Amino acid sequence: MSTNENNERRDKAPAGEKIADWADGRLGIYSLAKSNMRKIFPDHWSFMLGEVCLYSFIIIILTGVYLTLFFHPSMNEVTYHGSYVPLQGQLMSEAFNSTMHISFDVRGGLLIRQIHHWAALIFLAAMFVHMMRVFFTGAFRKPREVNWLFGFLLFVLGMFTGFTGYSLPDDLLSGTGVRFMEGAVLSVPIVGTYLSFFLFGGEFPGGDFVARFYSIHILLLPGIMLGLVVGHLILVFYHKHTQFAGPGKTNNNVVGMPLLPVYMAKAGGFFFLVFGVIAAVAAIASINPIWAMGPYRPDMVSTGAQPDWYMGFSEGLIRFMPGWEINFWGHTLVLGVFIPLIIFPLVLVAIAVYPFIESWVTGDKREHHILDRPRNVPTRTAFGAAWISWYFVLLVGGGNDIWATHFHLSINSITWAVRVGFFVVPVLVFIATKRVCLGLQRRDKDKVLHGRESGIIKRLPHGEFVEIHEPLSQDALHTLTAHEQYEPAAIGATVDANGVERKVKGSQKLRAKLSEAYYGEESQIPKPTVEEYKEITSGHGHH
Amino acid sequence: MSSQDIPEENLPAEQDAHGAVSVADEQNPFADPGLPPHEHRVQDIDERAAKRSERVVAFLFTLSMLLTVGFIASYVAIPHDKAIFVFPIGHINALNFALGLTLGGALFTIGAGAVHWARTLMSDVEVADERHAIEAPPEVKAKVLADFKEGAKESALGRRKLIRNTMFGALALFPLSGVMLLRDLGPLPGTKLRHTIWSKGKLLVNMNTNLPLRPSDVAVGSLTFAKPEGLEETDEEFQTEIAKAALMIVRLQPDNIKDKRELEWAHEGIVAFSKICTHVGCPISLYEQQTHHVLCPCHQSTFDLSDGARVIFGPAGHALPQLRIGVSDEGYLQALGDFEEPVGPAFWERG
Repeated sequence: MSTNENNERRDKAPAGEKIADWADGRLGIYSLAKSNMRKIFPDHWSFMLGEVCLYSFIIIILTGVYLTLFFHPSMNEVTYHGSYVPLQGQLMSEAFNSTMHISFDVRGGLLIRQIHHWAALIFLAAMFVHMMRVFFTGAFRKPREVNWLFGFLLFVLGMFTGFTGYSLPDDLLSGTGVRFMEGAVLSVPIVGTYLSFFLFGGEFPGGDFVARFYSIHILLLPGIMLGLVVGHLILVFYHKHTQFAGPGKTNNNVVGMPLLPVYMAKAGGFFFLVFGVIAAVAAIASINPIWAMGPYRPDMVSTGAQPDWYMGFSEGLIRFMPGWEINFWGHTLVLGVFIPLIIFPLVLVAIAVYPFIESWVTGDKREHHILDRPRNVPTRTAFGAAWISWYFVLLVGGGNDIWATHFHLSINSITWAVRVGFFVVPVLVFIATKRVCLGLQRRDKDKVLHGRESGIIKRLPHGEFVEIHEPLSQDALHTLTAHEQYEPAAIGATVDANGVERKVKGSQKLRAKLSEAYYGEESQIPKPTVEEYKEITSGHGHH
Repeated sequence: MSSQDIPEENLPAEQDAHGAVSVADEQNPFADPGLPPHEHRVQDIDERAAKRSERVVAFLFTLSMLLTVGFIASYVAIPHDKAIFVFPIGHINALNFALGLTLGGALFTIGAGAVHWARTLMSDVEVADERHAIEAPPEVKAKVLADFKEGAKESALGRRKLIRNTMFGALALFPLSGVMLLRDLGPLPGTKLRHTIWSKGKLLVNMNTNLPLRPSDVAVGSLTFAKPEGLEETDEEFQTEIAKAALMIVRLQPDNIKDKRELEWAHEGIVAFSKICTHVGCPISLYEQQTHHVLCPCHQSTFDLSDGARVIFGPAGHALPQLRIGVSDEGYLQALGDFEEPVGPAFWERG
């Protein structure tokens, strides 16, 4: 092929192609597009939860940038002269003053503030639900463990970005939250007082924390999060999406629609749907009305003070903990605050490390791209449900005053119920969930072997009534029997043929025990075998 | 809609099934039957239905344009301080309501249009893509390990231990500079948390009226908040000082006071306690007259003011510090010193 020919063709090419050629010569976009433009994405409603996270994150960044144009991260005291009459003449920090200005004097400022705050609540809620989707379907298994950790970090960083964000207006409610944080930092043994002084630039509240939280809130944490989001998405592309078992779907393929055009239109459209809904919510539902709370004063507080929902479980920890304090050698160990401060990350870490524990128990080193139905992994599902119940017990504890006033209950009995529930509820939920899973497995087995209940009652010649069961389609038979079942890992004989005893490590024993708990007779219903099926369907064993 | 004039070849029956064949396998009844045949949507076989979908999508996109015009019109036309009544929300800011709904609507209709377009008009044929193992094949791994060995050998890092050790030393030390730079984030605590600006002779000033309190101003059953004389809201250090000095005053019947020291530090049954909760520092503001209990609204720590403000419920770890008070020559309530113990949350050096 001659160069001339090439040049001629390029001259005739449409403008779009010319631009693409230009970019390809410098960025290599054609090779990138070759593997990605028609990339296949499987379809399932639960796969959009992660999209809600991504889109609300983008909305938060867009609206956040707008807010920085008007917000003054300063704690200098000024007198309010804005258009909200009840606060005129009051002393307040510039942070509060500028937030008032955004809310009342910048047209559309209140809307953007409310979109920003609502999107933050939805971002965290969507991450929570998305994480649970990944957990209960086993999507965290190899090769996706690292992406699970990225997602977990995003959730934790999202919590702190939210906390530093809602503390910025320096209003009475958020100031109370910051004071709580100061008290928690003070409880740290040995260095707590120093940490608190370094954080606040001296005694609480001082004049520094808004400016410091501001740089953490708009630069440090979102910067890290943006990097993690990009990494998270690259890995999603690289690993390709998981899918549920079904006809034609195997561990070695991915079945769905191509990125261009279907997935692009659906996912792109979904961004606008999420943005549209959040904007409408911000139009009709007020959030964080700082003008009703007033500027922060360390000697004032309102009743019913609640953090944003994602901080609620830490609030629960601090509320139900007994006020233990140990004094010795001129020092105070504030266990009543320090223990909750330690349990706070442990609650989160418990769910974060789970994938690694499970993979250690199974010893499975294969890649898994087919999702589990939660019922088929009863122990994992029970653990996840127990964790959620634990989290919700703490949320109830965090809102004990709200529960008390709304349901006319005694605050003391609620607090005691949370103290007991913290230990008891997860255990009960674990047991109940496992049983429900086993029941559902039995039902699946029954359906495979005996067919679907058709609801048609037939009367036999001798007067007996029987319900007609219809055999399942091959698709359904395959889907219901596609899951794998592990065998419990046995330690094996500890004495060999020559009578020499083999050393068994404690960790091996523990692993065998856990494996038995996971995959023993009590923990899964053996799925129907071909022989069972044939025997029942061959005629003589009609049930 | 009728199916009469749909061309024959568009009908599902005329199209061959998509490769997938559902064979009941004799050997394995649970075998994977393969991808199910593609089922046509009405838009795939009826061009009029497809046209209708097209019109719906175009309508949604047009609606979005109109709503954006509505947004601009609202921004220009509606005064920013106008309130309107909207059932069932109540009185709300008209501009926020209009801007939010038009913006939300404009965005939502774009999304709805795109999704409807994708669902009804774009191909919905499911395609299978192959997956490839994430792990590298053994040859690649071997090559990488060999390359690394080669590189490590050429660097001579393993052989020249002096270079290695000093480099690790340098890399480990330099972050210390960064840590040092954090030192000036704040002053050292010293004994600052042990003292407040209360001192002997400072009058108790009513927080609401900004006037010094007389014993007769404090009625049985009332809860009064006070600050030290001389501390004004306009002071630069007001917030930091009031965070420690805030005081609450109640009057009890002297014979109701169970704690001996509390009675001694009171004046005619008037007792003054730190308002700052000893749990994590919220201001305590709920008082129950009958039982003389105060409750912190943040975490529900409950203190008995008739018994040395000791904790009777909740997460607080110790009693509220009491301020010793008396009456000045002019008959005003005054402090007889600073708090004897640190106010507010406990900390390591508190002892």
